[in-house]
Amino acid sequence: MTTLRIKDVFKRYPNGAEAVKGVSVDVEDGELVVFVGPSGCGKSTMLRMVAGLESVTEGEIELAGRVVNDLEPAERNIAMVFQNYALYPHMSVRKNLAYGLKNRGTPQAEIDRKVDEAAKLLQIGEFLDRKPSQLSGGQRQRVAMGRAIVRDPAIFLFDEPLSNLDAKLRNQMRLEIKKLQRSLGTAAIYVTHDQVEAMTLADRIVVLNNGLIEQVGKPHEVYSQPASTFVASFIGAPPMNLLDATLSDGRIEIGGQSFAVQQTQKAGPIKLGLRPERLQVASGGEGFRVEVGVLEDLGATRLIHARLGDQDLTIAQDSELPEPSSEALITFRHDDAHFFDASSGRRI
Amino acid sequence: MEKAQFQSRWMPYLLLAPQMVIIAIFFIWPAAEAIRASFFLEDPFFGNSTFVGLQNYTDALSASDYKRTAWFTVVFTVLVSLLSLALGMMLAVSADRVLRGQSTYKTLLMWVYAIAPPVAGLIGVMLFDQHIGPLVDFAAMFGWHLQIGVDYWDTGFAMIVVSTWKQVPYCFIFFLSGLQSIPTSVKEASAIDCQSETRRFWTITFPLLAPTTFFLLILNITYAMFETFGTIDQIVKDQPGNSPVTLVYKVFRDGFRGNDIGGSSAQSVILMIFVLLLTIVQFRLIERRIHYT
Ligand SMILES: Nc1ncnc2c1ncn2[C@@H]1O[C@H](COP(=O)(O)OP(=O)(O)OP(=O)(O)O)[C@@H](O)[C@H]1O
Ligand SMILES: [Mg+2]
Repeated sequence: MTTLRIKDVFKRYPNGAEAVKGVSVDVEDGELVVFVGPSGCGKSTMLRMVAGLESVTEGEIELAGRVVNDLEPAERNIAMVFQNYALYPHMSVRKNLAYGLKNRGTPQAEIDRKVDEAAKLLQIGEFLDRKPSQLSGGQRQRVAMGRAIVRDPAIFLFDEPLSNLDAKLRNQMRLEIKKLQRSLGTAAIYVTHDQVEAMTLADRIVVLNNGLIEQVGKPHEVYSQPASTFVASFIGAPPMNLLDATLSDGRIEIGGQSFAVQQTQKAGPIKLGLRPERLQVASGGEGFRVEVGVLEDLGATRLIHARLGDQDLTIAQDSELPEPSSEALITFRHDDAHFFDASSGRRI
Repeated sequence: MEKAQFQSRWMPYLLLAPQMVIIAIFFIWPAAEAIRASFFLEDPFFGNSTFVGLQNYTDALSASDYKRTAWFTVVFTVLVSLLSLALGMMLAVSADRVLRGQSTYKTLLMWVYAIAPPVAGLIGVMLFDQHIGPLVDFAAMFGWHLQIGVDYWDTGFAMIVVSTWKQVPYCFIFFLSGLQSIPTSVKEASAIDCQSETRRFWTITFPLLAPTTFFLLILNITYAMFETFGTIDQIVKDQPGNSPVTLVYKVFRDGFRGNDIGGSSAQSVILMIFVLLLTIVQFRLIERRIHYT
């Protein structure tokens, strides 16, 4: 079943800014959908419309079978986790967790039971009587999660909940959020601009750009079949190489070199997409020659920054590195080549 | 931090001197003089004075009009302080809600505060004027014939209204900045947690404003007791007899109109002690002022 249905939603702010320009997406029961995209693409706006913190200019939002466009946030049965935690500073952790339940008239015994349950789940039991100001960032984040959990909502809404934490804690909390969401079986939307977070957390990724959906798909699909040059360069690190090339009769020409590819439908100028980690420095075979420039050793992988004609190219490699300023032969498998329309940027 | 060293040992004292002189001339000397005078019975015509011990104090405290004035001061202070707080907070909450046009709204309310107390008093007196005062006409519509300067309660009422009117913008500005320092996301989180706006106000907004409220309460008490002098003077100027006044005004009236320097000094010493207590309370509160982070 579908928990959340977003239908042709538009958002125009009073100042005229068009933040969302027609987005439709469904969130299935128990699914974790990640909205990812660069800053200002409308991710938070989408989430806040679902929460009821922003009005919907056009379109419909349906939560658990009920159109919620005109409902107050408190009537929507959602729970939100904010980037800066948004805990109530004058209340103890226990009161922070209980506040929403109390306002809905939940009996005290049940409140206590739910708060204790959530505290145990999140390991914040020992902090229940502290004020938020007496907690670390990570602990505050847990309390914010606890506040969302006790409400037992139809859907969790996360707006970059981990971006105020340091890298190590972020990885740890990311895993925990995923486990928690799985075990509770509650649907969730998770907003982030971090593609690693998106890839690791998501059941499905929605890539947003400039108020529109670029692609919806499983993390692997978005990675291996990017729908546009935008998605290709946004998902994956280091980003995909996008080279200006010309296609004719199953051969591709870049910077004076040409080689065979499995693409015969189209001819003319295109963009050729090649993931750095799918390129190999080879001693023989069909490929193209590049001029090796700067080398970067990242430990696990090594990056070769090279030039092909007048275009830059990155190759990720874990074996022997070629000499700087030498020439190298680069090969790739045919199904690792992505072709995009030169003007629209859409996948061919 | 680096310590700056003065060339001359006397330099710091020299730099402090102007401030010290001002404090000495306008505070310490008059205060000492008042304390001294409060133990003497001064002859206003020949400058002789007789030591009378605590008699000025016992006279002042046992006089029936002192009790009446003290009682009025309490009522006046409580009402002016609380009304200014309540109105300032109400206005700030509405202003905070109107996101745009806020600066004009702020200025509109601010300008009242820019008026000097005697002028506010004068405008207040005009509003309450027997012949041209719109507030008198307004009250008359409900069958209440206000007689400022004649009727004790009507005059007190006018003083409270004008003094509150003068203090509301001050409270407003502090409350507004207090409200704006509450993070938007906290307000939004509470909108998700609680449907009733009234309940949200009392459980989230009001407690988060508590430090501001404490601070303003002390400020308002000081204002109502001491700084309303100009306003009161305007309202009671030509009507000596039956008008209610505050203790501070009575000090002035007994001393300069009634020429009872000793009695007036004793009263002002009592007020000084009160201010001292208030200051201690204020410092304690500020020390313990809760800072939410
Ligand atoms: N309250 C507002 N009034 C007017 N314009 C707004 C408002 N909030 C956001 N916008 C605009 O809408 C667009 C989308 O904003 P939004 O906050 O949804 O971006 P985002 O994808 O969450 O970005 P980020 O990753 O930086 O948080 C931006 O261009 C922004 O300037
Ligand atoms: Mg955002």
